Amino acid sequence: MDNPYLPYPVRIEEIITETEDKNLKTFKFVFLNPEDEEKFSYIPGQFAELSVPGKGEIPIGIASSPTEKGFVSFTVNKVGLVTTHLHNMKVGEIMGIRGPLGNWYPWEEMEGKNVVIIGGGFAFTTLRSSIVYMLHPDNRPKFEDIIVVYGARSPGMLLYKDELAAWEQRDDIQMHITVDATDDPDWKYNVGFVPTITEQKITSSENAIAIVCGPPIMIKFTQPVLEKLGFPPERIILSLEMRMKCGIGMCGRCNIGDQYVCKDGPVFSLAQLKKMPPEY
Amino acid sequence: MENKVFSKDEWLEGIKALQSEYKVFVPVKAGDFHKFVRLEEQTIPDLDYQNTRLSPKSLVYPESERMFEFSTDENDPDYNILKEAQKDFGPQAIIGLRPCDAHGFLIVKRNFDNPEYKDPWWVRRYEASTLVGLGCNEPCGTCFCSSVGGGPFDEEGLDVLLFDLEDQYLAKALTEKGSTLLAKLDGGSEASDKELSKAEEVKKAAQEKISSKVDTSKLADKDVLELFNAPFWEDLAFACINCGTCTFLCPTCWCFDIQDEVYQKIGDRIRNWDACMFPLFTLHGSGHNPRSEKFQRVRQRFMHKLKYYVDKYGNGVQCSGCGRCVQFCPVNIDIRHVIELMNSH
Amino acid sequence: MLEYVDKIRETARKLLDSGTVEVFIGYKKGSVPMMNEPVLIKDPDQADILWWDSNCALNLCNYLTKRKEKIGILATGCNSRNIVTHIIENQISREQLYIVGVPCKGMLDHRAIKRAVDNKEILEVSEDADTITVKGRDFEKTLEKKEFLQSNCAVCRHRNPVLYDELVADLVEEQEGVDPYKDVRAVESMDPDKKWAFFTRTIANCIRCYACRNACPLCYCPTCFVDESRPQWVGKSIDPTDTMTFHFLRAYHCAGRCTDCGACERVCPVGIPMRQFTKKLNKDAEELFSWEAGLALDQRPPLDVYRPDDYNDFIL
Ligand SMILES: Cc1cc2nc3c(=O)[nH]c(=O)nc-3n(C[C@H](O)[C@H](O)[C@H](O)COP(=O)(O)OP(=O)(O)OC[C@H]3O[C@@H](n4cnc5c(N)ncnc54)[C@H](O)[C@@H]3O)c2cc1C
Ligand code: SF4
Ligand code: SF4
Ligand code: SF4
Ligand code: SF4
Ligand code: FES
Repeated sequence: MDNPYLPYPVRIEEIITETEDKNLKTFKFVFLNPEDEEKFSYIPGQFAELSVPGKGEIPIGIASSPTEKGFVSFTVNKVGLVTTHLHNMKVGEIMGIRGPLGNWYPWEEMEGKNVVIIGGGFAFTTLRSSIVYMLHPDNRPKFEDIIVVYGARSPGMLLYKDELAAWEQRDDIQMHITVDATDDPDWKYNVGFVPTITEQKITSSENAIAIVCGPPIMIKFTQPVLEKLGFPPERIILSLEMRMKCGIGMCGRCNIGDQYVCKDGPVFSLAQLKKMPPEY
Repeated sequence: MENKVFSKDEWLEGIKALQSEYKVFVPVKAGDFHKFVRLEEQTIPDLDYQNTRLSPKSLVYPESERMFEFSTDENDPDYNILKEAQKDFGPQAIIGLRPCDAHGFLIVKRNFDNPEYKDPWWVRRYEASTLVGLGCNEPCGTCFCSSVGGGPFDEEGLDVLLFDLEDQYLAKALTEKGSTLLAKLDGGSEASDKELSKAEEVKKAAQEKISSKVDTSKLADKDVLELFNAPFWEDLAFACINCGTCTFLCPTCWCFDIQDEVYQKIGDRIRNWDACMFPLFTLHGSGHNPRSEKFQRVRQRFMHKLKYYVDKYGNGVQCSGCGRCVQFCPVNIDIRHVIELMNSH
Repeated sequence: MLEYVDKIRETARKLLDSGTVEVFIGYKKGSVPMMNEPVLIKDPDQADILWWDSNCALNLCNYLTKRKEKIGILATGCNSRNIVTHIIENQISREQLYIVGVPCKGMLDHRAIKRAVDNKEILEVSEDADTITVKGRDFEKTLEKKEFLQSNCAVCRHRNPVLYDELVADLVEEQEGVDPYKDVRAVESMDPDKKWAFFTRTIANCIRCYACRNACPLCYCPTCFVDESRPQWVGKSIDPTDTMTFHFLRAYHCAGRCTDCGACERVCPVGIPMRQFTKKLNKDAEELFSWEAGLALDQRPPLDVYRPDDYNDFIL
């Protein structure tokens, strides 16, 4: 019997410190057994449990894209027991990942549509996965315009800075990078909160679907902006966080109403959420 | 399937002999209450009981269970690689459990054994178990099994059902597993018509003795948000001390936590029962807690059992009517009362 | 104690009606024998659901922590001492409270009563001043209450509330000559091996649900040490060492504060006599500091005062 709790052993291949406060690091993992990479075949929007033996497991969104082969990566914010320990681990160390878990962004529905991606803070991880995936030559023709609004507190708190700069140069994706505030005279992009920038830069909801990931406060203020633009709740897509353990709908803790966020989510449309108890 | 009659002594001797092929579990009196223990040389089974304080769910799903083991010694070639802990999944027989608790296993099965995932430990132990139920001649005043899809002699989920006919047991095989177990017992004789009709009488009498009834008929059609926002939750939750007794004793609660423990360089990944009654259950690392208030946790318990589960599986409520939480909630929060509130809201 | 019921209802109604209090905390009659449910009522019309009998043995002070309203509350001797402790420890203010004192003749040990009928199911209970009558499907038995008091009540020296604004009845006579620490001395006299065996046996059935902690008004910490993950003080599985650590540490956290109200034992789903631990510390507090918890508002508990003339030097 397959054991859904058993992580695949992985080696830490690379650790990248993403932000100036050093609280966010990206971990690239390589599977110890190459055949496990096959089994770990994922779709952008899914997450995995990172297993640090002796400390525990944590659910983390997959930041790499299935179009990137040979590794998987995750960007982890240092908050508590497991994340702190993980931040102290070194390249070459062995740990585990278990997954892929949960559902994904509605890729089939998004085909042929304009895709609006709105991200805030460190919740940009699965959005990065999605952008890399969509920009892959095999996939790019499937989507119309790709428009990204991504904000952080300050320039130093943005994730994936090199990639952001590269995407800025392309003409098959429209980037609107913003920071809450900055005193950097060389800052070339926007200043302002994500909802405000969204209001300024997104002009139409026509044939568009919006994916929103960020801190609760950002989501709260972005939602009315999108609704004003005419996005129906079915086309506003959110990814939720809950405390998790099993990640497979067994341990009971991550429910919102009769849905387990780990298994039935983490991706829900606003239309779905409106029918669920507001307990998240 | 066969119906056999054993004298009580014969039966007890018989199950002792089963030990060579099964791990046998029986209720025993331990202090003020009964519990299931492994039958051994000195064990004195006591089938003349109402029900065990803790449900037998722990025989399939232990309160604390080692999932994996690992070494955190960097010199170990398998350092930090999780390995399944070796366990005995050999056949086990649970003798004398109550029909409500067998029903409990069926409820929990929907969680642990579903189309997408199988919980390997629960499933293996459950499949290795033969459940020999004992009908309830004397249901408690708090039993409401017959209102929630069961009954004092309900057969669902059991492999054998025993009827206590004063100095005899009539054993009715209900499944292959049950027949196999009965076939291994010495003694006994084919039940006569007289004994069969006596069993029917006992059953009927017991059904009439169930004094506690609830109505769950409207729960499925209720609007989930209306129930969630009902005005009664805060009052209902006032007395609750969030002790979790109701969930730990309950045959149908399945929630667990996963924890790592390391002693020197040897580590275990363990799972322990957990419950929605505890604030830590849902506390995020950020400090945010979607159920930080007591009434939210109490609401979760009842909404899960009486609405979310009902909606998710379309197969009744997540409660077998065993009455344990009614009897042992230290502040007397009574699920029967909550069912009434919810069903008539 | 049934005679208190009318007076309790009348008092609660009056207090709510006049606006003296916004809420009133008492008990409602339970749905199963020998169980009553703490309730909070806001409306004078609800006063008639209030109830009192010899099974009101939880600690209502537990429901006061950090409440903001003006509260009327019933308080027996031990409950009132916990209220005093709560006030001293700033968990509630005196001005917020209207304490309705309930002179207490002791609560009943429902487990002992069940034992007296061989743990057969009790379906009906009635009581009068001195006796309790229990009925089941095929039995009926009348028992002397004083033989079936909770073990803390049997040795209680403060049956009358120590702090109140009004009483529901005349004060009762305090019990004279009780020896509260007989059992503790028995344990003290054991050799270490025996003690260890005794404690191991005492907690053997514990399922670590922490009902005992949650029923206790002293345990109001926002994060209990058992729930702390950084550092982790106790493991989460049911290893006996962790269970022992929990019980010892909990008892220490209650040192000099415990009023021996018995709520912890009352609520334990498996009947662990964990008062064995707290009582030892109560005895020490009494012998070393002449201290009994919660008797007066103007005295700090011994473990939170420092006096230069303290005869102990272990802390320096
Ligand atoms: C679907 C999903 C995707 C996520 N993606 C990311 C990501 O890409 N990057 C990132 O930095 N964080 C992400 N998180 C949040 C991350 O899981 C928590 O920050 C992390 O679990 C905290 O663990 P800790 O041990 O450091 O904290 P502690 O507070 O010490 O937590 C101990 C345990 O509690 C649980 N826990 C605590 N907080 C959370 C939480 N918010 N969500 C789930 N379980 C929790 C974990 O099981 C953890 O082992 C995601 C969460 C979810 C549910
Ligand atoms: S047993 Fe009663 S007090 Fe304890 S958590 Fe359940 S409802 Fe609350
Ligand atoms: S909810 Fe209560 S009555 Fe229902 S199965 Fe669980 S313990 Fe028994
Ligand atoms: S009632 Fe609570 S503890 Fe029981 S299964 Fe549901 S969520 Fe888990
Ligand atoms: S209430 Fe009883 S079982 Fe629960 S933790 Fe306390 S002693 Fe253990
Ligand atoms: S994390 Fe266990 S059910 Fe979702």
